Amino acid sequence: MLFYGVDLSSRLMLGTARYPSPAVLTEAIKASGAGVVTVSLRRESGSERAGQSFWSLVRSLGVRVLPNTAGCHSVKEAVTTAHMARELFDTTWIKLEVIGDSDTLQPDVFGLVEAARILSDDGFDVLPYTTEDLVVAERLVEAGCRVLMPWGAPIGSARGLNNVYGLRSLRAHFPDIPLVVDAGLGVPSHAAAAMELGYDAVLLNTAVAEAGDPVGMARAFALAVEAGRAAFLARPMEPRDMAVPSTPVIGKAALGD
Amino acid sequence: MLAPWCERATTDPAVASLGAPAIDWWMRRFPDTVRNGSLVVAQPRDAADLARFAQRTERFEAIGAERIAELEPDLASRYHRALFFPDEAHLDPRRALAALVDGLARQGVAVRFGIDLSPDAAPGDVVVDCRGFAARDALQDLRGVRGEMVMVRCLDVALTRPVRMLHPRIPLYVVPRGDGLFMIGATMIESERQGGASVRSTVELLNAAFALHPAFGEAEVVELGADLRPAFAANLPQVRREGRVLRANGLFRHGFLLAPALARKVADAVFDPTVSLEMTDADIPERRCA
Repeated sequence: MLFYGVDLSSRLMLGTARYPSPAVLTEAIKASGAGVVTVSLRRESGSERAGQSFWSLVRSLGVRVLPNTAGCHSVKEAVTTAHMARELFDTTWIKLEVIGDSDTLQPDVFGLVEAARILSDDGFDVLPYTTEDLVVAERLVEAGCRVLMPWGAPIGSARGLNNVYGLRSLRAHFPDIPLVVDAGLGVPSHAAAAMELGYDAVLLNTAVAEAGDPVGMARAFALAVEAGRAAFLARPMEPRDMAVPSTPVIGKAALGD
Repeated sequence: MLAPWCERATTDPAVASLGAPAIDWWMRRFPDTVRNGSLVVAQPRDAADLARFAQRTERFEAIGAERIAELEPDLASRYHRALFFPDEAHLDPRRALAALVDGLARQGVAVRFGIDLSPDAAPGDVVVDCRGFAARDALQDLRGVRGEMVMVRCLDVALTRPVRMLHPRIPLYVVPRGDGLFMIGATMIESERQGGASVRSTVELLNAAFALHPAFGEAEVVELGADLRPAFAANLPQVRREGRVLRANGLFRHGFLLAPALARKVADAVFDPTVSLEMTDADIPERRCA
């Protein structure tokens, strides 16, 4: 699986916020086998490198760090944070979030496209947190994004895939763009469902960090992602309305209507 | 706050086991410690958070509107469900520290402030270095976690115990300090930025207080506070020995709750150089589930 030319072995990506402690975070990441972890840069931390202790700890885990612009509500804020991230983490990758609504954390897709264009033109490899809207996705690709990350449901809601039809359409429209379901997953079956749709990876945070046993839940998600991907590759049968007998019915006394 | 059972929702189980005895400890040494329980509420749309909090904690009563009104009349009709932790307590940290200093003075212990002294250069057979985040020069794995709080004066709300309001973005607690004073806290940011509270944090805390009770909208802001909590990777305190220096640190956001246990460990280590410095049992089964 190639993201901006980088071969990723794991299809599970984890966020690093809200864990009970960095020690639990470390164990959860190991248990998940995640190859990419996201790290938030609040502006107040980034401007003075004040989050260095925590970021150093994350870097020491030996996984690829994907800085994000969580908490940014404007294009300017997101672009500034992305530049800080590039300097701090020495990476051109940025998970781009431009939040449009504080309560739902719904992305501001207009600002997102604008910020994606600015950052792509500036040499960033942008992974945008977006909705499943097809037109927005097209605009993001036009802006230079080579990975798309539609939400499953609002961040932290644990509702799973709210719009399976929309996510399936997105997959069909962009067969060659890596797609990651980002946000809204609550239990491993949600991740498996996303992978069965043919998504390339899932990204989650709260479902693991706020589980009763984050390490156990990280392991469960890893298994679900593996199972979902294997099921997708095995080409699942299509659902149908009528039963299909798995044993011969010829010779039975009668067949029902 | 001395809230070991509430803290169980998000912390290592050792916080509750080490912290529970602290309530009696403080009540013996600081009589103004108030053991009146604590209350946990959530807005109706965040009911799932209340259920989750209940799943992760213990020693509480799930109560309804009538009981909420009995406990905190000013919250009557605002909340219809809550969790009441009857055994928890709270105190005024500044007055409690002053009481400790007075108690030490009565026992002939000199307490000096404003002295510039390196622990390694201090005289004595044993030196206890408990400088908090300032000890980072000696404890490289110590990190700072920024916390911000607001003190307000509001005569239109009366609370008799700490109230936590669960919220997905800005969980907060309001602790009554008497005379209409309330402490509203506290942010927890993985940042070592030192300096005053940010506008964003202040707005979020005050917004949440307003949501808890609209009368806080008319409160007078008395103080904005910000500082760094010292923490190790597991967010649990540690005692380390380096020659004649004992380093006690990493209380994170549980200073008053875990300080008695940490002090006990330090005292044991002072008088018995062979004593184990481990604060917790290494194999608590729920450890990774914190």
